[in-house]
Amino acid sequence: MAEKTYLQAISDGLREEMRRDKRVFVIGEDVGVYGGAFKVTLGFQEEFGPWRVIDAPLAESAIIGGCTGAAIMGMRPVAEMQFADFISCGWDQLVTVAAKQRWRAGTPIPITVRLPSGGGFSGGPFHSQNPESSFAHIPGLKCVCPATPEDAKGLLASAIQDPNPVLYFEHKHLYRRIKGEVPDERITVPIGKARIHQEGEDLSVITWGAMVYTAAEAAQELAGDDVSVEIVDLRSVMPWDKAAVLESVRKTSKVLVLHEDTRTGGFGAEIAATIAEEAFEDLDAPVKRLAAPDTPVPFSPPLEKAFIPQVADVAAGLRELAEY
Amino acid sequence: MAAGRADPVDTVPRVLAIAREAEPVGSLSEVREAGLDRQDLLAVYRTLLVTRGVEERGHILYRQGKIPGSFYTGRGNEAASVGVATAMGPDDVGTPLHRDMGVHITRGVEPWRVFAQYMGRVDGPTKGRDGNVHMADSRLGLIAMVSHLPAMLPVATGCALAFRIRGERRVAVGWFGEGASARGDTHESMTLAGTRRLPVVFVCDNNQWAYSTPTHLEYATEHVADRAQAYGFEGVVVDGTDVLAVYREAKRAIERAREGGGPTLLECLTLRMEGHAVHDDAFYVPKPLFEEWAKSDPIERFRTWLRENADLDDDEEEEIGSDVKKLLNDALRRAEESPLPEPGDLLEGVYASPEDLDTPHHK
Repeated sequence: MAEKTYLQAISDGLREEMRRDKRVFVIGEDVGVYGGAFKVTLGFQEEFGPWRVIDAPLAESAIIGGCTGAAIMGMRPVAEMQFADFISCGWDQLVTVAAKQRWRAGTPIPITVRLPSGGGFSGGPFHSQNPESSFAHIPGLKCVCPATPEDAKGLLASAIQDPNPVLYFEHKHLYRRIKGEVPDERITVPIGKARIHQEGEDLSVITWGAMVYTAAEAAQELAGDDVSVEIVDLRSVMPWDKAAVLESVRKTSKVLVLHEDTRTGGFGAEIAATIAEEAFEDLDAPVKRLAAPDTPVPFSPPLEKAFIPQVADVAAGLRELAEY
Repeated sequence: MAAGRADPVDTVPRVLAIAREAEPVGSLSEVREAGLDRQDLLAVYRTLLVTRGVEERGHILYRQGKIPGSFYTGRGNEAASVGVATAMGPDDVGTPLHRDMGVHITRGVEPWRVFAQYMGRVDGPTKGRDGNVHMADSRLGLIAMVSHLPAMLPVATGCALAFRIRGERRVAVGWFGEGASARGDTHESMTLAGTRRLPVVFVCDNNQWAYSTPTHLEYATEHVADRAQAYGFEGVVVDGTDVLAVYREAKRAIERAREGGGPTLLECLTLRMEGHAVHDDAFYVPKPLFEEWAKSDPIERFRTWLRENADLDDDEEEEIGSDVKKLLNDALRRAEESPLPEPGDLLEGVYASPEDLDTPHHK
């Protein structure tokens, strides 16, 4: 065990998979000599050489489609999108080709696409998005969104060994800000299994990614009012741990669904609908959703602060629920 | 060998062609030099007949209402697809498209499975989950196409990348059409393949019509293959109705890739002899163009060549013809016996399980 940043944990997890499995290779823009825009693969090319840490041309479709072809030929590719936003340029290869190939043609596509996502540092409309719900909607894709350094390492190993295309959303605002104990040895974290970030009795927050910490800070504020909040960190949105969510809802009877992505059609809608369908009798208040407003991600700090759910917003939402 | 230019506004001279124009293959000795003996040639002839026969019978099935959805054929493209596939090695892989039935047949797919696929039966390679030529038998080194063209080019390039990483002497062949040459996936694939000198051959089935759109509205060069130079590799244009010329150029390109010489763009010029799909009567294609290209029907052309250069006689021709007929009749019967898929199985296999990774490619 050692304390690692979220970023180090991703890097360690990736390096470890590359050491133990020679089928694993990395391809992306500036991942080699430069070590990636966020330095996740810093030093990798020295260790693994230019054919396992591949500097690709600026061609997301060729990168992801290339991974698909290599995966069919028995490799375990890991693509890095420089920013999650740029996945739009590779949409077709993921959604049209990779996602449907197993079901339609019997060919599994074991690829991992790393997606540095999320806002909080004035990245603006094209360097801050959280596009997980778009991909969670596509049958055949998996979407994981680790919040802790330990999960960042363990979910990456699971994603790489998974026989399906897995989108690995790594939240940029957690990279250097979040530290935690991470086992030195290889770990895997099952995809589709939620984690209880903190136990509570009165309210449930269902969330993932950076919002886990926003929820935790808000819960701190409510602790003074003697309101106990349970935080369920989904860890992956496809598949998502419905059982864990329903269990928490049955325990607390009041639930806030929270995410950084925009509200309409966000994955929170699916969770809220499922709770309404399957745990209606257990609810003591309407399911509450808190998410970013339906706009592009703004650049200027006051605008961005108004866009991304803040601790005060979450605390206010929780108080409303508590008082219902 | 000019492409059909129906539009009278297209009178502006093009930039001089850059791609090499391939020579037709002449005598039997030349063909031997390229790697085919007489038995191989007869096999190619038979494969051409099976390819066309499968699609002709498929068309009948469609008219009988036995094929749901639409129906596409590659009439006119048989020599291009069979010629390239004949040049591939057993461990090479490819991503053939909807005009490339000849690739599937050459690689050894059984015709009854194709008919089952057409009719949405469980014995089709996609078990009724996808239709027409959206299929491939992975055991034969083929990967099933999607409708979005040329989305399979990045995939073929990725196969080549895997071969390069592992240092294997294998080659990937990726097909696209002149219409799809307009899309970014073509550019991205050729850029990646060119910069890394990957063992991939890009085959352009240029049948002159992307649905109803003529070539000069799809690309502004003389040939699609002229672009190859810009990506750092050779472009070659070959008469796609000359199966031996196609074979020879494909063989050169594939062996060059195998030896580490990087990609080639091989453009096979043909005419799509039918509509985009069976609903389309291709009224927009000028009649004289059809008449001109009908004179170089790829199968008739090769049959004549075999008679003149390889002593194909009536008996042999009759034997091959009746053998193919029997194969297709039996295949139809067998496919019609194949059951329709069970709706209860719909949810199966959206996600792969670890055991699925034991498929041939993944070993």
